Amino acid sequence: MTIVVATTDRESVQSDVLPDGWEMVIGLEVHAELATQTKMFSPAQNEFGGEPNTNTHPVCLGLPGTLPVVNKKAVELSIRIGLALDCDVQRCVWARKNYFYPDMPKDYQISQYDKPLNVDGSLQLPSGQVIGIERAHMEEDTGKSTHIGDSGRIHDAGYSLVDYNRAGVPLLEIVSRPDIRSANEAKEYVEELRSILVAVGGSDGKMEEGSMRVDANVSVRPLGSDKLRTRCEIKNVNSLRSLVRAIDYEAKRHIALYDNGEEPTQETRHWDEAAGKTRSGRSKSDAEDYRYFADPDLVPIDPSDEWIEEIRSSLPKLPRQLRQGLLNLGANSEAAALITNRGLAPLVEETVAKGADAKQVLTHAENNLAIEGAAELDATAFADLVKMQTGGELSATQAKTVLADMVTTGKTPAELAKQHGFEAMDSSALEATVDEIIAANPDEWQKFCEGDPKVRGKLQGFFTGQVMKATRGQANGKLVNQLLQQKSG
Amino acid sequence: MSQKTAVQLAQEIRSGSVSAVSVTEAALAQIETKDGEINAFNTVAGEQALAQAEAVDKKVAAGEEVGPLAGVPVAVKDNMCTKNIATTCSSKMLEGWVPPYDATVVEKLSAADAVMIGKTNMDEFAMGSSTENSAFGPTKNPLDTSRVPGGSSGGSAAAVAADYVPLSLGSDTGGSIRQPASLCGIVGMKPTYGSVSRYGLVAFASSLDQIGPFSKNVSDNALLYDAIAGHDQRDSTSIAQQHTRVLPHLAEGVSLEGLRVGVIKELSTPGVEGFEPEVLARTGEASDALLAAGAKVDQVSVPAIKAALSAYYMIAPAEASSNLARFDGVRYGLREDGGNTAAMMRASRTAGFGDEVKRRIMVGTYALSAGYFDAFYGKAQQLRSYLIAEFAAIYKDFDVLLSPTSPCVAFEFGAKEDPVSMYLNDWATIPVNLAGLPAVSVPFKTGAHGLPVGVQVIAPMLEEVKMYRVAKALEEASK
Amino acid sequence: MTETENNKKLSKEDVQKVSELAMLNLDESQVEAFTPQLESILDLASELDAFDLDKFEPTAHPFGLQNVFRDDEIERVDVKQGALATAPDVEANQFKVPPALGEER
Repeated sequence: MTIVVATTDRESVQSDVLPDGWEMVIGLEVHAELATQTKMFSPAQNEFGGEPNTNTHPVCLGLPGTLPVVNKKAVELSIRIGLALDCDVQRCVWARKNYFYPDMPKDYQISQYDKPLNVDGSLQLPSGQVIGIERAHMEEDTGKSTHIGDSGRIHDAGYSLVDYNRAGVPLLEIVSRPDIRSANEAKEYVEELRSILVAVGGSDGKMEEGSMRVDANVSVRPLGSDKLRTRCEIKNVNSLRSLVRAIDYEAKRHIALYDNGEEPTQETRHWDEAAGKTRSGRSKSDAEDYRYFADPDLVPIDPSDEWIEEIRSSLPKLPRQLRQGLLNLGANSEAAALITNRGLAPLVEETVAKGADAKQVLTHAENNLAIEGAAELDATAFADLVKMQTGGELSATQAKTVLADMVTTGKTPAELAKQHGFEAMDSSALEATVDEIIAANPDEWQKFCEGDPKVRGKLQGFFTGQVMKATRGQANGKLVNQLLQQKSG
Repeated sequence: MSQKTAVQLAQEIRSGSVSAVSVTEAALAQIETKDGEINAFNTVAGEQALAQAEAVDKKVAAGEEVGPLAGVPVAVKDNMCTKNIATTCSSKMLEGWVPPYDATVVEKLSAADAVMIGKTNMDEFAMGSSTENSAFGPTKNPLDTSRVPGGSSGGSAAAVAADYVPLSLGSDTGGSIRQPASLCGIVGMKPTYGSVSRYGLVAFASSLDQIGPFSKNVSDNALLYDAIAGHDQRDSTSIAQQHTRVLPHLAEGVSLEGLRVGVIKELSTPGVEGFEPEVLARTGEASDALLAAGAKVDQVSVPAIKAALSAYYMIAPAEASSNLARFDGVRYGLREDGGNTAAMMRASRTAGFGDEVKRRIMVGTYALSAGYFDAFYGKAQQLRSYLIAEFAAIYKDFDVLLSPTSPCVAFEFGAKEDPVSMYLNDWATIPVNLAGLPAVSVPFKTGAHGLPVGVQVIAPMLEEVKMYRVAKALEEASK
Repeated sequence: MTETENNKKLSKEDVQKVSELAMLNLDESQVEAFTPQLESILDLASELDAFDLDKFEPTAHPFGLQNVFRDDEIERVDVKQGALATAPDVEANQFKVPPALGEER
C-alpha cells in the first residue's frame, strides 16, 4: 500500500554516501506475520514450512461459498503493536484489494484501506530520533509459487506449483512516514521495530524466515528542500545488510539520473543481492487498478475503550524503557542495547531486584549469555549464582561455566557447582595457599608491603595470579585480595 | 403425492403411517417422468436421497426423535454447496465441481431430517430473472411450458410448482426467490439479511444474497424457514440472535386487528411504468382483503425506491466482479490452456462464463475502477443508507408494507432480450434486498392469460412472524 | 463515461480496458455488442443524482453488525481428499499452473 504523506518536521540531513548538498528520504513498509495459532480469516494452522497445502482449509483456499471470519487474537496482537508504537487505535473497515494472481486464492486480498486499525504513531530510535508511523493495518498473506523446469526456451517454459500454506496468514503492515534519512537509520528503525514486535509478543520478527519483510521507499532531494521527489519502492530485501546496500544503491542511482538531467520513474524495483543492484519490476501499468471497496463478507471492527485499555495495561516494558532501566543499573548504552536486543533486559531487572549485584549481573548478560534460551533463565537461580560469586564461593570463570549449564540444564547453581567440583575452598585452606605463595616470593612480598599504590596494584595481580595457578582457578579472587591486604597491613 | 403439505407429510412420516422412502421414491418418479421437459434439476441425487430417507425411517422405527422436516423431500438451488454432490451454479465454469463441504443450510436440512433430493437449475451464478441464462438450458414454467418460471431460482420454484417436492431452497439477491414464486404461483420468502447463514452459498453479491424457502403454502414456508434460520459463526454477517420459531404463530384464525399496513405508492399506483394493470388490480384487491381482515390500510411513499434499481445495478455487479474473480482455472472448475498463467486465467474465464455473467462482471469492474468509484459504487452505497433510513421512519407508523412482487406474470422465452428490460423485473423486489428486510411473495389470484400474480409483504428486520401472519391472511383471502 | 452527469458515451476502448482488468477476452463483435449494453446499465446510475446523499455513510451491514470474531483455534481438514481432488492440475500436492510470465510480484 502506498500512501503519500507530508514529511514531518526534520532538519535537512546531509547524506554521508551522497554528494554534498543531497539528502536521502526513506520510508519503510514492514510486513510482520502475527504470532497466532490460526490464520487471519480461516481456522487453518498458521505455521512456517510444513508439507505443501497441509496448513489449509476451504476458507483460506477460497473455495466457492466459503466466508472469512476475523481471528480475534490477530486483532488483539495488532492493537498491542499499535499501542506499542503510540498509534491511535480506531474503528476500521476491511477492504478488498482486487488483482489476479495465482498465489492469491480469491484473486483479491483482504486488507484495510481508507480506515486502518492503527494510525498516527511513532517510534523512537536508540539515538533519540523519532520516526513517524503513518499507519499499521491488518491484511492477509499470499501463498507461494515455485517455478519448475525452465530451460529458457519458449516451448519449454516450465510451470509453477502453488502452495497455499502461507495464504491467509495474518499480517500487520507498518508504514513509516518518510522520516528516515540514511540507510543506517533505516537499519536502526527495523532493528528497533523488531525488538518492539518481539517484546510485545506480536511477531517473532524473523527476517530470514520471511515473518518480517521490509520494503523501502527511497528518494533523494537537495538539502533544504521540503518537497518529496519521485520515489521507488524496493522489494525483495531479505536481510538488514541487504537493506542498507539496497537503499544506498538506489539513492545513488537517483543522483546519477538527476546528474544526467533525467528523472527516476515511480515504480517497484527488486533488489538483486548477487548483482548488488535494484532492477525494475513490473511497471505500474494501466492494469494496476486495485478497485478497493469495503469487503461485504466482513463487518467493521470498533474496538471498545475497555478493550484497548485492557490491552494497554497488559503491555510489557518496551525496548526503550528496558534500555533506560539498564542504564539506571549502570550499564553503558552499548551494553544496554545489546542486552535488550537479546531479550535479556527483563531477566536482568528481575535478577537485580532479587538482590544480586547489578554490575555482575550486567557483565554476565553482556558477555556470558549469548546463548539460546538465556531469556528463559530463572531469575532466582541467576541471583543465587551471582551471590555465590560475590560471596566468594565461585570464581568468575567458574560462575561463567555454571551459568552456561544453568541455561541448558535448568539445574540450580549449587547443584552444578558441586557437579563441576567447584566446592568453594574453605578460607583456612586458601589462607594456607596464600602463605605458601608469600613464602615462595619474599622479594615481591616485601615490595608489595612497602610499595607505592602503583607498584602495589601490579604486584597484587601477580600474587592473585599465582594463587589462582596454584588452585587451578578455584580460589575466589576477591577473597585472595582481602587476605593479601590483611597480611601486608 | 404432493397434494399433501410438508407439515402433513412430516407428521405422517414421524408417526410411521407413511415411509420416508416411499415419499422419496414418489418424488424421484415424478422428476423422472416430468423433468425431461421442465428441466428444473441439474442433478438428481437419488441414491443419497434414498439413503437419507432410509435413515429417517430407521429412526422412526426405533422410536427415536426425528426432526421437524422428517423425511420431507427438499430441492436445493445449485449454488449451495453439497458435499460429494456436484454444485455448478448452472455454469460451465463449475460443471462437475464437487465441493468437499456442505453449506450450513444443507447441514441444517440434514439436522432437521429432511431428504435433499437434488440440485436445481438457475440463471448462471444467480444472474437473471428468467432462468434462461443457465449453461444447461432453461427451466420451463410448469404452469405454461412456453413461459419462463422466473429467476434466478427458477429450478427451485418449478420443482415445487410441478409437484415434485413440497419444499425447496432458493437464493435471493434482488428478487430471485420472490419473483419466480410469483411467476409460478407459489410462496417464496427472502429472510432478513443475516438471519440465514450464507456459508456455502456461492456468492453473487455478498451484501444482498440471502437463502430462503419456496413452498405451496405459507405454513410450509415457515416450517422450512424455521429449519434453516439461526446464527452461524462461520458467517460474519450472520445476526447473533436466537431464532424465534414462526410456525407456532401461524395457527388457524390469524387476526389482523389493529395491524397497520402501508401500500407502497411507488410500486402500486395505477400507471406505474411497466406494471401490468392486472398486477396492480390484484395488489389493490389484496389490500382490500387485509382491510376486511381488520387491518388499517394506508398508502405510503418511499421516494428512494426510484433510485433503488440504479443503486442495485451498481452494487450487485461490483461485488460480483470481485466474488467471481476466484474462478480463474487455478484451483477448481474449468481450465482452458494458455501459455502463461494470465493467459490461462483469461482463456478459462472467457470460456467458462456466459454473456450475462460477463456483462455484470464488466459493469462491476468499471463501477469500482479508479476515477469512477465515487460516482457509481460509493454513491450507490450511500443511497442504500438513505433507503434504510426511509424504511426505518416508515416502520414507525406501519407494521408491514405491501406491493406487487413482479411487474408482470410469467413471460414467454426470449421476450426480454435487452438486459435493462430484464432488470426492470426486479423493480419491486430490489429495494427489500438493499435495506436487508424480510419479504414474502404470496400468490393472489391470477392476471393476464390466467397466470398467477404474487403480492409482496415486506416487514421490518427480524419481524418474520408479522410478515408471515399477513401472508397467511392473504392466502386465506385468495382462496 | 467519466461523469454520470454529463452522459459522456462509453467508448469501445473503455470496454476493452475493463475486459482486461476483468481477465476476459472479448473479440471485436463482443466489444461492439457489449458497449451499448454496458452504457445503458451505467446510464441507470444517473437516477442516483436526483438524491442528496452527502450526509449518508455507505452501508456496511443493514443490521449494523460490527466486532464479529472467532477464537484462535485450529480446525484441521484433509486437503488431499478435498480441494486437491477437484483441482484441474496437481503435482506433488501443489496446484500446477503455467509459468507466470511477466507477472513478477
